[in-house]
Amino acid sequence: MSRPVRFNLVQKDTRDWGINKVDMPDGHMGEGFFATSFDKVVGLARKNSIWPLPFATSCCGIEFMATMGANYDLARFGSERVGFSPRQCDLLMVMGTIAKKMGPVVKQVYLQMAEPRWVMAVGACASSGGIFDTYSVLQGIDQVVPVDVYVPGCPPRPEAIIDGVLKIQELVHNESLRRRNGVQYKGLLESYGIQ
Amino acid sequence: MTNEFIKQKLQAKFGEALSEWGEPYGMLTVTVPRELNLKVLNFLYDDPELAFRFLTDLTGAHYPDRKGEELSVIYHLHNLVSNVRMRVKLYTPAAQPDVYTATGLFSGANWMERETYDFYGINFLGHPDLRRVLNVEEMDYHPLRKEFPLEDQSRIDKDDDMFGR
Repeated sequence: MSRPVRFNLVQKDTRDWGINKVDMPDGHMGEGFFATSFDKVVGLARKNSIWPLPFATSCCGIEFMATMGANYDLARFGSERVGFSPRQCDLLMVMGTIAKKMGPVVKQVYLQMAEPRWVMAVGACASSGGIFDTYSVLQGIDQVVPVDVYVPGCPPRPEAIIDGVLKIQELVHNESLRRRNGVQYKGLLESYGIQ
Repeated sequence: MTNEFIKQKLQAKFGEALSEWGEPYGMLTVTVPRELNLKVLNFLYDDPELAFRFLTDLTGAHYPDRKGEELSVIYHLHNLVSNVRMRVKLYTPAAQPDVYTATGLFSGANWMERETYDFYGINFLGHPDLRRVLNVEEMDYHPLRKEFPLEDQSRIDKDDDMFGR
């Protein structure tokens, strides 16, 4: 004998919960059609489904764990799928001190990611070497890979990391589809000895 | 087994060759001539009463003020049966930092000597595989020698006044 359902009987009103939905891009709309430019749609889709690859070596990684957790909930921004395979990820998040011996590993992970790819340096160490101004520490990961967004702090609070992700979203959203084929971008990669 | 007993045994065997006896924090310390390091370590290992058969630590130090014997190698030995520790030191000139390897006696000395070579440039004669173990292989100096500043010299973006340079 089946039991009657005794929960979720009342439909909740979600209109006041403050849930944001993504705005439609500008375009022409009519009966049964909507026309807009291709890169706006691609930018919209990419922006709201960034897959981060956490490269966490120290305390900033702990802050990132809080960022992914329920209180700060990075999933709200479409980044809930943290991938641990560089092949599938869009955003390399380097969090923590990178020793000079670790430099080639960061570069290898970056090379394994498919285009388009973005890099975020979280915290003082990844951005500039931080307090570790010493012979064994890489003075900022921008010596081995190009960086899109730097997040300051030692370590940054989860709010700062979320702010960095939002900045990345802005870049992703507004990026031209031709940028990665451009001369400037190729020159940037060549300055790092890539390709 | 007391420090006095160890000292007597060593002095009976090596006589005046050993110097700079001391007991900082109760740990017997002795300086040996660098040619004699293996003989002393072997004696401490083989003697049935002393039996220092465990190498706790092996490291280096740099004393720029000791002209002609700037670099030091320090062995920490442990008798696991009596639970007694002692320290053996030797000095070597920075111009010719050649010291006989202890890998024949203690297998654990292998990586510790590589580390000491890495940071102080001590050339362990007879070491099976003397290359850098902690630092990047391209590094062309020995960073814990005093003549090298601790800060990374490659960066130009830091204000020297604010960082005490």
